[in-house]
Amino acid sequence: MKEVAVIGAGMTLFRRHLLETGKELSFLATKMAMEDAGIEKDDIDMVVMGSAPDAFDGIHMKGENLLDGAAAVGKPYVRVFNGGGTGVFAPIAGWWHVASGVADVCLVVCEEKMGNCYPHPQTAFRHIWDPILDRPLTPNLVWLFAMEMNRYMTVHGIKKEDIALVSVKNKRNAVGHPCAQLADPNITVEDVLNSEIMAWPVNRLDISPPSDGAAALIFCNKDFVHRFTDDPIYVAGTGWSIDSTMWTNRDLYFPRYVAQAAKMAYKMAGIQNPPKEIDFAEPYDPFSYKELHHLEGLLLCKKGEAPILTREGVTQRDGDLPVCPSGGLLGVGNPIAATMGQKICELYWQLAGKAGKRQIPGDPRTGIGQAWGDIMQMGTVMILRRG
Amino acid sequence: MSRNVCVIGIGHTDFNSMTPDMGWKELMYEACKKAYVDAGIDPRKDVGSFITCAEDYWEGFSIFDEFVPDQIGALLRPCCTVSGDGIQGLGNAYMQIMTGYIDVVAVEVHSKASDLLTYGDIVLHAFDPRFEKPVSGPVERPNYAGSPEYTPESPKHLVGSSNEKERIHPYFLAGLEMQHYLQKTGTTEEQCASVVVKNKKNAFFNPYADYEAEISIEDVMKSEYLFKPVKRLDISPLVDGAICFVLADDKTAKSLGADPIYFAGFGYSSETPWLGTRGMEAGYATIAAKMAYKMAGVTEPRNEIDIVEVDDRFSYKELQHLEALGFARPGEAGHLVEEGVLEIDGSLPTNTSGGSLGVGNCLEATGMQRALEIVMQLRGHAGKRQVSDAEVGLAQSWRGIPSGTGAVAIFRRG
Repeated sequence: MKEVAVIGAGMTLFRRHLLETGKELSFLATKMAMEDAGIEKDDIDMVVMGSAPDAFDGIHMKGENLLDGAAAVGKPYVRVFNGGGTGVFAPIAGWWHVASGVADVCLVVCEEKMGNCYPHPQTAFRHIWDPILDRPLTPNLVWLFAMEMNRYMTVHGIKKEDIALVSVKNKRNAVGHPCAQLADPNITVEDVLNSEIMAWPVNRLDISPPSDGAAALIFCNKDFVHRFTDDPIYVAGTGWSIDSTMWTNRDLYFPRYVAQAAKMAYKMAGIQNPPKEIDFAEPYDPFSYKELHHLEGLLLCKKGEAPILTREGVTQRDGDLPVCPSGGLLGVGNPIAATMGQKICELYWQLAGKAGKRQIPGDPRTGIGQAWGDIMQMGTVMILRRG
Repeated sequence: MSRNVCVIGIGHTDFNSMTPDMGWKELMYEACKKAYVDAGIDPRKDVGSFITCAEDYWEGFSIFDEFVPDQIGALLRPCCTVSGDGIQGLGNAYMQIMTGYIDVVAVEVHSKASDLLTYGDIVLHAFDPRFEKPVSGPVERPNYAGSPEYTPESPKHLVGSSNEKERIHPYFLAGLEMQHYLQKTGTTEEQCASVVVKNKKNAFFNPYADYEAEISIEDVMKSEYLFKPVKRLDISPLVDGAICFVLADDKTAKSLGADPIYFAGFGYSSETPWLGTRGMEAGYATIAAKMAYKMAGVTEPRNEIDIVEVDDRFSYKELQHLEALGFARPGEAGHLVEEGVLEIDGSLPTNTSGGSLGVGNCLEATGMQRALEIVMQLRGHAGKRQVSDAEVGLAQSWRGIPSGTGAVAIFRRG
């Protein structure tokens, strides 16, 4: 039962990396994080790898293949996995490595290389469906999420214009992020609404782009943190929860698995009133409506209220509750597990005042990051707080 | 406040070479249900976290984690996949409990190896695609023409040569490693053969083992060389099955009235993934054991540990692992097996369950199967293969060809 601090973070450029292998991307992020923390390879006790489907690389036991890029040779090394939720789940695993007292310093590396998948990463997602019930329908993730978006819009009477605002905000926020793939300072709601319809109501600019990249984070036991920093950032709470495989049997308008995970994290962090006590949020935004959906799931606003907050500018970087100040997945890119860079590394950078042009004004003390995975069923949540 | 972690429930299915009557979901359900009943808990209320150890390629899915929660009782609960061996899952459960926020963790791991049409090709996919996979034979690139589909009339393989007979099975790596082991330590092929004889004999006393046999060293020696010096009978055959462990902190275990077996320590370690630069001495087991011994306070493994289960997917691996774990000097393990020290009534009972050679290779569940036997032995529930007065047991796993990852778990009677 140790308190856990974050002492370093790293992140590669997100884009299609044709020259670097997955190992090399992991190496780049790991090196950055180690230099940020000022530690050597020998200081790391244990390593956690987060990486989503093996099918992207066509490598069985992908974790084993990536391990030398993640400074894990000869070390206890484990890969954890829950689809898109991995980006926040891998740091949660890093947290329990240190919180248990088994490791004093734990490195978490998240890597994804979707560009290897030919002709498109979506082909890897052909095999995520139930082979008897779903696969004969030849489903595709975009149309699956189109159904969820439609349900969300129908239940609360939300307009597409309100949801498009999320794309606009995040792609603008991403300007100034050194790793961003799709930042756009001039994007407007009309651009989003006029972009190609992929599966109604999802337009092209409502979707985050596939990407290659890696991110790394270093956790340290509180007892040693003074060696690295005077102003440590602590892990205040973690939570994760999974819902049924049978997505057809759930009402898709509200992500109750995210709410469950958030409650677990709030309880651990001793947070009674999330909207008051959380200063900024990094909910998972692979699709524009998901940011709103997840804000509600994180209990940061009432059901159906997130589009109103967005319209009123509350979720802008200088608003009362900045949301996705990093630019999120929509602006920075979506290499599935490596989105730890926007979701958790960003919390650390913002809290430590290292976010550069993206820095939230004021004095943020508590931030929440969240990811979402599997077939719309996994919620993973982590809260960081300045010590 | 310090806490200890113990095993309060175990459950497993029968281990069969094929299970046409049950899907993997049903196997998982059966193992978990038995474990929850054994622990006397309700998974919907009492379990704080669920872990499944699985690899996508074994399961035939891109994100297997999706298909876990319903049948193990994890709906709207913390649940995750550890892409590793069962003992790595136990290690993570240990750490979750030691954080103090979670009291009870269920770890599930399974194999439905009989669903695999091309086991060798899947193993081959674990080799580095640029430098190592081509060793298996000429790589024929598929001609996509814009579509990843093939016509049913001319299916083509994605790995290695399109002709299966021209392709080299990845187990060639075991042949190389066994050759190295025999030369380096002076162990003989006959000594490896006696491991097969011992384990298949032990499996007779294990009601859930599938590959029990009464064979002699000559039978093993006469079986054909598949990856010289690895012979057909040196290789553990595949098996289906599922295992679930319920772990809890000691306070919760007491309140449940369980007869706990303490999970005293664990360790795991990975060697470099590059086959060309990796040692062939099972260095992963040595490092993992060092970590586990330290955690469990074991200084002289040979004297302090009463019963051992090590990975024996290939017969030589049992001897190599015993030496790597510090139970024997290099070259000594072969003599121990010949002298009967590793028998059920010997001074260092090893693989009393029958090991993978006797029970079968159940993919990621292999290590958990080793741990299962240790817990049954320490509980005194091992029937005819019961070792008398076993107090401390060690289970060791290896993730199989071509992995350089292994794990160790140490259990102690309360």
